[in-house]
Amino acid sequence: MLDTSANTGSPTDSVIHQLITATGTRVPDEVLAPFAAGVDNEQLLKLYQDMVVIRRIDFEATALQRQGQLALWPPMLGQEAAQIGSVRALVAEDFIFPTYRENGVAYCRGANLTGIMSTWRGSANTGWDPHEINMATPQIIIGAQTLHATGYAMGLTMEGKESLAIAYLGDGATSQGDVHEAMVFAASFQAPVIFFCQNNHWAISEPVGLQAHVPLAGRAPGYGIPSLRVDGNDVLAVLAATQWAAARARSGGGPSFIEAVTYRMGPHTTADDPTRYRETSELEEWRGKDPIARVRALLTNNGTLDAGAEAEVAAKADAVAAELRAGCIGMPDPEPMTLFDNVYTGEHAILDRQRDHYSRYLGGFAGAPAGNSSAEGKLS
Amino acid sequence: MIAEFKLPDLGEGLTESEIVSWHVAVGDTVTLNQVLGEVETAKAVVELPSPYAGVVTAITHEPGTMVEVGEVIIAFDVAGPAIGAGERRDRAPGAASGAGEAGGGPIATGAGAEPDAAAAPKRVPTLVGYGADPESSKRPTRRARVFGTAAAVTAGASGARVQGDRPRSTPPVRKLARDLGIELASLVGSGERGLITREDVLAFAGDHANGSGAAVEAPASYTPQGGITDAREVRTPIKGVRKFMAAAMVESAFTAPHVTEFLTIDVTAGMDFLDKLRGLKEFAGLKVTPLTLAAKAVSLAVARHSALNTHWDAANQEVVAYNYLNLGIAAATPRGLLVPNIKDAHELGLRGLAVALGELAETARAGKTPPADLAGGTFSVTNIGVFGIDAGTPILNPGEAGILALGAVRRTPWEYQGEIALRQVMTLSLSFDHRLVDGAQGSRFLADVGAMMADPAMGLVMG
Repeated sequence: MLDTSANTGSPTDSVIHQLITATGTRVPDEVLAPFAAGVDNEQLLKLYQDMVVIRRIDFEATALQRQGQLALWPPMLGQEAAQIGSVRALVAEDFIFPTYRENGVAYCRGANLTGIMSTWRGSANTGWDPHEINMATPQIIIGAQTLHATGYAMGLTMEGKESLAIAYLGDGATSQGDVHEAMVFAASFQAPVIFFCQNNHWAISEPVGLQAHVPLAGRAPGYGIPSLRVDGNDVLAVLAATQWAAARARSGGGPSFIEAVTYRMGPHTTADDPTRYRETSELEEWRGKDPIARVRALLTNNGTLDAGAEAEVAAKADAVAAELRAGCIGMPDPEPMTLFDNVYTGEHAILDRQRDHYSRYLGGFAGAPAGNSSAEGKLS
Repeated sequence: MIAEFKLPDLGEGLTESEIVSWHVAVGDTVTLNQVLGEVETAKAVVELPSPYAGVVTAITHEPGTMVEVGEVIIAFDVAGPAIGAGERRDRAPGAASGAGEAGGGPIATGAGAEPDAAAAPKRVPTLVGYGADPESSKRPTRRARVFGTAAAVTAGASGARVQGDRPRSTPPVRKLARDLGIELASLVGSGERGLITREDVLAFAGDHANGSGAAVEAPASYTPQGGITDAREVRTPIKGVRKFMAAAMVESAFTAPHVTEFLTIDVTAGMDFLDKLRGLKEFAGLKVTPLTLAAKAVSLAVARHSALNTHWDAANQEVVAYNYLNLGIAAATPRGLLVPNIKDAHELGLRGLAVALGELAETARAGKTPPADLAGGTFSVTNIGVFGIDAGTPILNPGEAGILALGAVRRTPWEYQGEIALRQVMTLSLSFDHRLVDGAQGSRFLADVGAMMADPAMGLVMG
């Protein structure tokens, strides 16, 4: 049984745990240190590469949206450490319940790049097989995934498994009823679930201070859920905090809540204009806390990241961007009739009728495949 | 080969965007994802990254132009056959057709040649609004900065843009201002932290729009080209009176529930009366028409049916009843439709109305109607009969409860004293705001107006 004394989440505790400062200096932290002990420079370099690659994915996808190739894209610029640090602390059996913004998490989980794009292009309902990579489809409904994760975790307990479920959520989601219900159930049933909250400071245009007068991490203890507040732009701190929560879950310690304090540097989605509601000075402040720059500084200073390694990382990012672009542009549009494919798992009379009607409707157009003469009369 | 970039839907269901600026010019070599320029949608100002690496061959829309989604905005000469990066690729080419024609050698060959032909679209964009204009400095200048202290900083590798230097307002108000052709930078906001409100824009429009025309003209940077003309269509920017009137009509039509009633009357006696007036010394040199008669009839009838002379004050949740009549007269002018009104028409006799109507029409047609004449109307009349039209469903002048349309007076077979006779007949069409006017009130009002126009002596009874 793991020592749970790491619970520092009293409502007034606003300490932000950190292992790498914004300027790239390692600092000690009693709570996190045991969970980051195993991370050497080589592993930190891998985390660095992950962050650079997903930032590049984000840049390329944003450009593709502006070029008419994607319907929408939710940028993750600035949140790379929160995504990479958390997902790299998990094992393959753990099940992830993401929001729509965890596209970097999906990439690390092994989701195919073209698949990730297909959802945002409007070509598919999901870009990956949830059972194949143990990651649910992106949840658009704010906070709903916390219930799914809690229920899944309760199921794990019933089946006697040692894996866990992790729900990603944002600061805005903590105002949703679903999230509170999920935390009540998670605590009551001591479900092995991690509530991983990325506090990116803005729920679209609403600042976090309007919704929470205490640190978000301070809410969880009220439900009996230990929590940690960490620098969400510090990939090592996020990794350690997630290890802490995962160790608790795997050892029967029940749910945990992590508040990763980060910042959404881009718009909420490509259909948003953040300059309408926030000051550029705030963006500048957070640019100084960039999650990638601090690791680059640290690894450069300790000699791990030389020109050759940097070139390798850049080459990897370029290759991923090129693959993503080609996959996105080359994606065939789905056949209209596939619209009906994944509504029900089995036969459904009403849907069958609609499918039939739509098929005959499509058949009525000039140049449609032959064999629809019966429909022609009705449509002419 | 030439590759075109069509304006995409940049924000979940938008149909158009405005070109704000171009950062590249024809002849420039650009790289993939290089920022080409900025466009403003109803939601945001965004940068457009280039979908191609190549040389810019055409820029088809100047800054300030509204562009429909799907229109070509820029074209490139790209090395080699372009992947359709600017355009979604169609579904897999029909291999089935080749299979169906198996055995037909020559046809199969032809089909095989198809992809090559298809791979080279020949369309050369029309250089609309683009020419030997060397001043790239003609980009619209940044609008006045209202808040924020840090200078706008261009994003680094992120591609995110930072921009805070435009007047504070909200998207619907920005749209309203754009629809009215008003530059927000020229307004002072009355809201919190200088926020420009809907009221600010409407007040500005009310002060400036109808009068000198100075404010309704879009700023020069927004209308670099006049009408864009080709052989079959003429495209004219929507601005000025046309734009303002359109907005007012849309607002009226979709705010006030309109009801229109028609009444066809025998106005032979009324016409005889007008003839009589023309012979009187007092009316010498004055134009007396059915409109004159209608003006007086309306003036008398609104006194009997006050609901027709009211205003729905949505903001205060009050009905405003007027104890005076400012009678609006719709006038077709060179600048478009205007509805100047005769102030305190209820105090004028028939001669006074004839004088006022003459002056009003002359001023409007000369395009000299002062803004004061356009504001404060309480009821309007439109004379569609002068165009030979019988009836219509007029749209209320915004804020008013009723509008009467006069049809043409025609010699028509009509029942007269138990026989059919050729009589002078016209149709009155009355639209009213059903929030303010009940069907019975509107009907009685219309009947009274009709009675007085049919027999002016009835004015003695109803006046």
